[in-house]
Amino acid sequence: MKKLTMTIIAILVTCGLLAFSGNRLQASSGESGAKVLNLYNWGDYIDPTLITKFEKQTGYHVNVETFDSNEAMFTKIKQGGTNYDLTVPSEYMIEKMKASHLLVPLDQSRLHGMANFDPRFLNQSFDRHNTYSIPYFWGTLGIIYNDQKIKPGSVTHWNQLWQSKYRDDIMLIDSARDVMGFSLISQGQSVNTTNSAKLEAAKNKLDRLSPNVKAIVADEIKMYMVDDEAPLAVDWSGEASEMLAKNDHLHYVVPEEGSNLWFDNLVIPKTAKHYDAIYAFLNFMMEPKNAAQNAEYIGYATPNQKAKALLPKSIRDDRQFYPDQKTLSHLEVYQDLSPDKVGEYNDLYLEFKMHH
Amino acid sequence: MPHRHTNWLYGIPYWLWIGLFVIAPVALIIYQSFFNIDSHFTLNNYATYFHSGTYLQMTVNSVWYALLVTFFTLLISYPAAYIMSHLKHRDLWLLLIILPTWINILLKAYAFIGIFSQAGIANQFLTLIGIGPRQLLFTKSSFLFVATYIQIPFMILPIYNAILDLSPSYVNASRDLGATNWQTFWRVIWPLTLPGVKSGIQAVFIPSLSLFMLTRLIGGNKIITLGTAIEEHFLTTMNWGMGSTIGVVLIIAMVIIMIFTNSDKPTKGDRPS
Repeated sequence: MKKLTMTIIAILVTCGLLAFSGNRLQASSGESGAKVLNLYNWGDYIDPTLITKFEKQTGYHVNVETFDSNEAMFTKIKQGGTNYDLTVPSEYMIEKMKASHLLVPLDQSRLHGMANFDPRFLNQSFDRHNTYSIPYFWGTLGIIYNDQKIKPGSVTHWNQLWQSKYRDDIMLIDSARDVMGFSLISQGQSVNTTNSAKLEAAKNKLDRLSPNVKAIVADEIKMYMVDDEAPLAVDWSGEASEMLAKNDHLHYVVPEEGSNLWFDNLVIPKTAKHYDAIYAFLNFMMEPKNAAQNAEYIGYATPNQKAKALLPKSIRDDRQFYPDQKTLSHLEVYQDLSPDKVGEYNDLYLEFKMHH
Repeated sequence: MPHRHTNWLYGIPYWLWIGLFVIAPVALIIYQSFFNIDSHFTLNNYATYFHSGTYLQMTVNSVWYALLVTFFTLLISYPAAYIMSHLKHRDLWLLLIILPTWINILLKAYAFIGIFSQAGIANQFLTLIGIGPRQLLFTKSSFLFVATYIQIPFMILPIYNAILDLSPSYVNASRDLGATNWQTFWRVIWPLTLPGVKSGIQAVFIPSLSLFMLTRLIGGNKIITLGTAIEEHFLTTMNWGMGSTIGVVLIIAMVIIMIFTNSDKPTKGDRPS
């Protein structure tokens, strides 16, 4: 009898502990003291010395918590129970959060330094007049090649990936929007196409790419490219900059006919509480010196043109990550499509993966 | 307290556990599967599933590869378990077999990436013996190899226990009565160790149905199983209803396997978890 009671108690305690720790985990997502700032960011997406500098300069304590996908971040903020003051969604997620009423509009009068930004990266379709968001970094989707196997300059257009000489040579990033996207661009379509016939055509074109596709992988793509596992890959510029840093033979190209232009922007989620700290931090990050330091640390392209001017010439003039005006004008931002269309993109992409 | 009354009380922890950690999650999945992306009640998820060539093809893939993995695992595990049970330090050998299961599956997958990559040990060896480097990663055979490697301990354990339980006097009796080695194995040893084989199949086949991390890491998404689709529906399209529907199909597949491999005798050494 005693043993039995003990077992029952043990199970109940387990459940209790699970519930309690679940609660604690959510509550501890950001402290609620007065002089703090709870930043919910991607992993390793800010120079840590900048945080120390900010804390010293302003006296606010910064708690950083990280996420690894827009969707995970969205779910956590939507569920509530968190205290995040700032987060860094990508552009399509900003649209989605806006539609779900999860964002607090920015008080423009408290922002100093919006003029530092290149106007090209402001007032985007996902957030007109930057009501809710401040650009943090931007980038593109492109082709990474290894100059030991691919002659520089021989792959500069999406269509060249289809050449039969690249059989089993290409690694693709496992992402429906991006893979469908470059197939659409190669046919002269928009990356936000909603016409089912055009999507079907893009998928059929991808099927013809199959013999050239060595693998469809995610983050591991960096490791594989650095280890010379494949000579070609399609991935984001941010990932590319990390690969290039580790292997001198790798190069990144943004096809001039068009590509995706992505943004990660700072926004204030509905869960925010420490507004003084938020605006202090936003203004701190907009300062050209700090933005430049951050850009040099992360290796992504900064939208802050005064910060860009402070970067070393080798970075500033790097056409791989700061493409020329002509290419820039062909880049397209992903729009948040309806759930049905998102489903359609993913179903077609899944079919492509099945036949690959 | 009278004894009869306490009897059912002993069942409480069991039922509590089953209810909270087995029935409730499964019920939630089934419940979710009846809702579409706009949270309206619908049966469409099932209609989509059974009308879509893609999902059916994926189901066939999942079952086929799970079968292959189970087959190869059994092929290696049965002789291994048999030999082990006759060794002197068999407990030590058993420990060595179990040891790899303490290591996270992702770490093992990454280790294999290192071994199979262009500059990896496997290709160095192939170069050494004059075959030259081959593409090993992202092939169906490398996926089968790694999946089989990972599942082997779960197959060996129940078979090993079943063989240990087998009294040597049956084997001796069979020999005394003039049976050949093959007849002894096929008529005596195999039927008596079958319950172990069956629980081994359960322990291997069921998890093999949804090995989605391996299909990407080792298979480079050349093999798409239902696990891939579930991940996509939960993480990318946020269509939890469809994801749950696929989950329900997997659960049903597992129940069918359980029924087919159900043995009357209870066996020891089921998958530890």
